[in-house]
Amino acid sequence: MATIHVDGKQYEVNGAENLLEACLNLGLDIPYFCWHPALGSVGACRQCAVKAFRDENDKQGRIVMSCMTPASNGTFISIDDEEAKQFREAIVEFLMTNHPHDCPVCEEGGHCHLQDMTVMTGHHSRSYRFDKRTHLNQDLGPFIGHEMNRCISCYRCVRYYKDYAGGTDLGVYGAAANVYFGRPEDGTLESEFSGNLTEVCPTGVFTDKTHSERYNRKWDMQYAPSICESCAVGCNLSPGERYGEIRRVENRYHGELNGYFLCDRGRFGYGYTNRKDRPRQPLVAGEVVTRETAIAAATAALKGKKVLGIGSPRASLEANYALRGLVGAEAFHDGHALGDAALVQLALAIVRDGPVRASTISEIEGADAVLVLGEDPTATAPRFALAIRQAARGKGKALAAEKKLAEWQTIALADLLQRDSYPVFIASVDTTRLDDIARATHRAAPEDLARLGYAIAHAIDASAPAVSGLDAATAELAQTIATALASAKRPLVVSGTGAGSPAVLQAAANVAWALKAKNDATGLALSLPEANSFGTALLGGASLEAALTQIESGAVDTLVVLENDLYRRAPQARVEAALARLKHLIVIDHQATPTAARAQVVLPAATVFEGDGTLVNYEGRAQRFFQVFDPTYYDNKIGLTESWRWLADLEARSAWKILDDVTAACAQALPALAGIVAAAPGAAFRIDGLKVAREPHRYSGRTAMRANQSVHEPRQPQDPDTALSFSMEGYNGTGSLDRPPELTPYAWSPGWNSPSAWNKFQQEIGGSLRGGDPGKQLFAAGAGKPYFGEVPAAFAPRGDAYRVLALHLHFGGDELSSRAEPIVKRASPAFVAISRADAVKSGVNGHATLAIDGAQLRLPTYISDTLPAGTIGLPAGFAGVPFFVHGALATVSGG
Amino acid sequence: MSATSQDNVIKLADLVGRPAAKPEPFVLSDAEKHEIEHELTHFPDGRAASIEALKIVQKHRGWVPDGALEPIARMIGIGAAELEGVATFYSLIYRQPVGRHVIKVCDSITCFLVGYDEIKATLERTLGIGYGQTTADGRFTLLPICCIGACDKGPALMIDDDLHTDLTPQNVVGLLEAYP
Ligand code: SF4
Ligand code: SF4
Ligand code: FES
Ligand code: FES
Repeated sequence: MATIHVDGKQYEVNGAENLLEACLNLGLDIPYFCWHPALGSVGACRQCAVKAFRDENDKQGRIVMSCMTPASNGTFISIDDEEAKQFREAIVEFLMTNHPHDCPVCEEGGHCHLQDMTVMTGHHSRSYRFDKRTHLNQDLGPFIGHEMNRCISCYRCVRYYKDYAGGTDLGVYGAAANVYFGRPEDGTLESEFSGNLTEVCPTGVFTDKTHSERYNRKWDMQYAPSICESCAVGCNLSPGERYGEIRRVENRYHGELNGYFLCDRGRFGYGYTNRKDRPRQPLVAGEVVTRETAIAAATAALKGKKVLGIGSPRASLEANYALRGLVGAEAFHDGHALGDAALVQLALAIVRDGPVRASTISEIEGADAVLVLGEDPTATAPRFALAIRQAARGKGKALAAEKKLAEWQTIALADLLQRDSYPVFIASVDTTRLDDIARATHRAAPEDLARLGYAIAHAIDASAPAVSGLDAATAELAQTIATALASAKRPLVVSGTGAGSPAVLQAAANVAWALKAKNDATGLALSLPEANSFGTALLGGASLEAALTQIESGAVDTLVVLENDLYRRAPQARVEAALARLKHLIVIDHQATPTAARAQVVLPAATVFEGDGTLVNYEGRAQRFFQVFDPTYYDNKIGLTESWRWLADLEARSAWKILDDVTAACAQALPALAGIVAAAPGAAFRIDGLKVAREPHRYSGRTAMRANQSVHEPRQPQDPDTALSFSMEGYNGTGSLDRPPELTPYAWSPGWNSPSAWNKFQQEIGGSLRGGDPGKQLFAAGAGKPYFGEVPAAFAPRGDAYRVLALHLHFGGDELSSRAEPIVKRASPAFVAISRADAVKSGVNGHATLAIDGAQLRLPTYISDTLPAGTIGLPAGFAGVPFFVHGALATVSGG
Repeated sequence: MSATSQDNVIKLADLVGRPAAKPEPFVLSDAEKHEIEHELTHFPDGRAASIEALKIVQKHRGWVPDGALEPIARMIGIGAAELEGVATFYSLIYRQPVGRHVIKVCDSITCFLVGYDEIKATLERTLGIGYGQTTADGRFTLLPICCIGACDKGPALMIDDDLHTDLTPQNVVGLLEAYP
């Protein structure tokens, strides 16, 4: 602790921060540009100047940069000092000499840190009368726009992209008054985390290109607290809507999960909700019908029939629970793909019942030795990958501490660190996008990855099962990794369902548990197939295999499929044969999938942006997502609603009026889910009698926006389900300590319109949100669990067929985001990977023809120098690659 | 789809939505490679050799072409963006072709006080070019430079590696004759 004196007042601060951070924490505003809570201080912009005094008697003082000065005990400063004020205003004026003053046509306008800081310093008229320097802009690909003239040279972009996110294709060029931030040449930014540039850059240089074509000012959009559905991390989002379209997704700060940063799949993958080909009205036999007709048709297909239900790991708990209610617990099936359900159940048992609980993203960032077993996290749980990079870089902080340097001295930390890092070991089926930070990499088939894991666990704790017949090199690697993990203070194991192998999960658990016995600070993070994988697993449905078997036997009349495309879950021939045996198929979904095309009744569902519900992420954290807008307000022909509402209507359940009723019923029926009610405040919650406003108080044009249909403005949509209003009327402030962090639709605070406003919602800058980070942890501390003991036999290539391995890619494999246009542009076409030796052996060159699970396909080939012999790799979930089960065999021929 | 190198090898991780890599026509000469490799042995971290590596290529070619960045960066073990940052930071690493001789006129404060303007104007008039330009015959490129440490003998300039001092509009024209 330290006492500092600011403008004659005394404050207690923690003593480890710099003055800028300390003052912001105290609620005292100092303008700044180059400092960022996640990027530290470099002292580049000189905007954060304050007057520092030697002691209370020093009346003269001197100007210092608050971001570069420690808030140590006995510091005397003045923010209000006249000279400091003039200095800060002069700095903005200097920055503005080259800034184009093009706010009216700049997409940053209205959520711009530069605007906010300029207003804060009081600079309002310019005296510079000469030419401004101008730059050419680059085409940076489908996600990010580039307008270099607006740059103020704060260096945040390169510090984020290069130093924080490990990108190599964005740099800073030139010197002095002529510096340029961009790629070496035009082309798509390669990092999977490039979208954060739009929030990191305090000006309009980097903006969201997906927003450009349907642009609105921040204050003219409607928001809700939302959750990303593109992986099981569950990053918090703030999506903005206008005229019935989602127009942009921004980060919603969460201290333990996403922090300030999202991945590009999560940020730019929202377009599936705007697709024109979505079912928006109920269909019976392909014809648009009324809601009543559709319900009557569906009810007729259900009444007195043998009914099965298939749920979905991409649908809310409430929707899945409602389906379970409709069809009965025994007839409810977890909607995971063949093979995945068992993996998810295993992951659940490890995380919930084992001694090591899942690490948060911020805990991953704090690890000091990492083993990645069987995953490419950049694809399967992207936010893990960005966090693992911070773990590796974390050694800089330790080195700095030895030298008594503050953590925020980023340049000094980087100088100390050079190319050193905390060790990261990556064992995976092929190269990963984290290999550049790996101390060692190992490529092998899943069985052999598991064997490596088992051997590491045994080397750490001799009572863990040993592996026999390991070759010398692998045994030595196991020993190296075991030594590094066992000597670490905060070791971490990252694995997941990506390798499609229970043995890999078990081996990863053994390593974590062996470490845990020695070190309580051991961490574990398992990636899962989908956003609500744990949620559906906790509902405890039977597997898709069981459902298909029953249908195939002819014992099922009617199948109800909830937000699921069976063609992505099982081989096409099998799905087709099964569907042909049904009398009725009812599909509730928001996408026009091949499964929906086969249905007699299609009930149009709400996407995550159009409805409310609860998801359970990889940690077992239940999080509520809220409806951003009501699509029927703009077009009353639209007949979509939340899936749970359709299901409640099919069952004529009058007790379920609002979401809270379903959430409560689900929590009551399933003790494992008892906590979900507490994931967010219910519909009755009010602040000073007010609902929380979804629209900023400056929202404009409301009375006119439906004028093309009728000049009479209808009543705003009412929201019975939540404590949020579809209006600018309602609670909008940040000051109230009563505001629950789960109910913050967008970042805004008086004077702070940019994403920097999140600082006003935090307990301390860069830490937890006031009131605690959103969500409710469902898992109690786990108990000890015996080691897994089934060490698999080593993988043996077969002469006649190749083992098919799932290769996960960041873009193109996730179902919903890959229905968004910019993601399609960014994804690579389908391919098959094969090792060099096997390519020669099978005569493959350029293209290969595969026969797999009864399907035949021809794909371009990639020769890999790392893929294990006897295997081929197929991009999982890709358009043009049919579903294949884990461990499937394929025959390969050239041409 | 094309692969990154002739033998059709591509790392899967490199596939992540990247546009197919262009063939790389630029090849460093054996001499350049050899000298850069030698330079790399001097430092534990190859990054430290960035400037020297650029200077080596400039020595052989007179300037550093765009295509050279990628192969140099690969030898050093950094990204082309980082190397380009170094290359463009230093004004004496030329990123455009220059003439056979480069005239660097000191435009810092002392020379400014003692007649820099006239020297500059004379050179521009005689050569018919301004700063950043090269004569049509490819003989001279004209550039400004920061103080070259000859303030007591200003105005001063450098042609290639030679320092010339105590310049006047009269004697400066004659100087050029020594640089064919
Ligand atoms: S582009 Fe943006 S982030 Fe980068 S230096 Fe310029 S203003 Fe700063
Ligand atoms: S895909 Fe995963 S990591 Fe990316 S934003 Fe969504 S939840 Fe976060
Ligand atoms: S914020 Fe302190 S110098 Fe830029
Ligand atoms: S100012 Fe010209 S040599 Fe010093």
